[in-house]
Amino acid sequence: MERRTIFAGWVLPVLLVAPQLLLTVFFFLWPAGRAMWTSLERQDAFGIRTEFVGLDNFADLFADPLYLDSAVRTVGFCAAVAVLAMGTALLLAVFADRDIRGRAIYRTLLIWPYAIAPAIAAVLWVLLLHPQIGLVAHGLKAIGILWDYKLNDAQAMTVVILASAWKQVSYNFIFFLAGLQSIPKAVIEAARMDGARGWRRFRTITLPLLAPTMFFLIVVNIVYAAFDTFATIQALTQGGPGKATETLMLKVYRDGLINLDLGSSSAQSVVLMLGIVVLTALQFRFIGRRNAE
Amino acid sequence: MNGRVDWVAHGVLCCGVLLFVLPLWLLLAGATQDAGAISRGELSLLPDLRNLGVFWSVLNDRAPGGAPVWHMLLVSAAMALAIAGGKIIISLLSAYAVTFFRFPFRMLCFWTIFITLMLPVEVRIVPTYAVMADFGLINSFTGLAMPLIASATATLLFRQVFVAVPDELVEAARMDGAGPLRFLRDILLPVSAANMAALFVIVFVYGWNQYLWPLLVATDPSLDTIVIGIVKMIGQDSVTDWNRVMATAVLALLPPVAVVLLMQRWFVKGLTEGEK
Repeated sequence: MERRTIFAGWVLPVLLVAPQLLLTVFFFLWPAGRAMWTSLERQDAFGIRTEFVGLDNFADLFADPLYLDSAVRTVGFCAAVAVLAMGTALLLAVFADRDIRGRAIYRTLLIWPYAIAPAIAAVLWVLLLHPQIGLVAHGLKAIGILWDYKLNDAQAMTVVILASAWKQVSYNFIFFLAGLQSIPKAVIEAARMDGARGWRRFRTITLPLLAPTMFFLIVVNIVYAAFDTFATIQALTQGGPGKATETLMLKVYRDGLINLDLGSSSAQSVVLMLGIVVLTALQFRFIGRRNAE
Repeated sequence: MNGRVDWVAHGVLCCGVLLFVLPLWLLLAGATQDAGAISRGELSLLPDLRNLGVFWSVLNDRAPGGAPVWHMLLVSAAMALAIAGGKIIISLLSAYAVTFFRFPFRMLCFWTIFITLMLPVEVRIVPTYAVMADFGLINSFTGLAMPLIASATATLLFRQVFVAVPDELVEAARMDGAGPLRFLRDILLPVSAANMAALFVIVFVYGWNQYLWPLLVATDPSLDTIVIGIVKMIGQDSVTDWNRVMATAVLALLPPVAVVLLMQRWFVKGLTEGEK
């Protein structure tokens, strides 16, 4: 959409757009370009000499079983977080959209967790699941489950998934509720007249109309699970025990800033960037098509 | 609707609310209890009201080798406010420029800003760190806040609002002799006030909750944010003062929650309209 009426002159607009542009170039484009360049180089053990190695870093990466393990783990983790966070949110939104008493209060009580930092979510879950002090952990022990997520791989994964999904529910809830409210009441009413009830009405009428919201949220949740959960995982397990909860994000951080393997870390960054580009492109394609229909 | 109480809905929603309120309640209750009892696993659901002073006294606590809690809260507040203010201002100005003017490389500017949607700080941590080091911005407040100010989302949001301003209004303002800056101040600012409020909430929460970026760029304890401080506290092998950690977590959680609750109406509207 273009405006017909515009102001003349180009000095003022250039000045206005300059701060945003400078920040973008210095803190986004330059580092991204540098990541791409460094991913093609390799440093010697002392960090003195650097040589151009082409795509060797990428070849090494995809030949590295540890990296592939981490990639598979990340995909599973993202899927689990997205399904759990979106499923819970959709269930709550459907009922919060009903015409019941006190729904404003329910909504507020379900929206506030949006403000919780991923790292703070981890603290809350420590209180529930810490092997020594956790309330739920004691319950699990009482029924005979050996609970210690700092030693048990599967338990560690469960904990980081629960804490990560928990934090994202309210974000999804806000969007699902907005999506449900934008469905014209006449459509629901017509379905009711036709005798579509309960689950069938939800599946055949509501769900298809929620599809754009759903798709948008799938992308957002995957990006959240892949990147923003860094703090949650770091606070809960630091990727351990062993590498049981090490996602690609933790691996980039560890390889780049702890092990100082710049070439490999940059190659990993480039792979992650490609992942985001694909997700964003998918999202725009899908939303664009919906609008064209 | 038909006078019957919808028990299923109330049941499901109550469970949902408990899922979020219970951990928070546990945190509040735990903060007031005896550290020894918590370590033995005797965390009670009833707060000990005699110990409410813990929230006050914890302000002077510090992680080993770190800054006191009150200082970390201040750093967090300053950082969140700087990011929120900075982001709103530069996004407003750049959206204004690309919407109401024609200048060379206008679309290139727009796409350059737009493409940052695909480059979250997480995917380029090492090179961004290197660039910051080149500028000498490691361990400075500027380095903490400035890179997080650039934003495609906010620019797109304002552009959306500006595009919807009717051409007649712009014409009328011009007839009255309003220059571009007066038009911005007298017409566009009031029109986008609600969006600014929404954006403030979103960006304040975003800034307050940052973890990875401060971890990278500020190793100096005097620049620790409260979120960094909390993770340091629970990261130690043998945490003893669990009640004080919990009290600190409550303090870390309150400001962003308060902002969301106080500005809930604008925030929900702005969030769902802006991101699609």
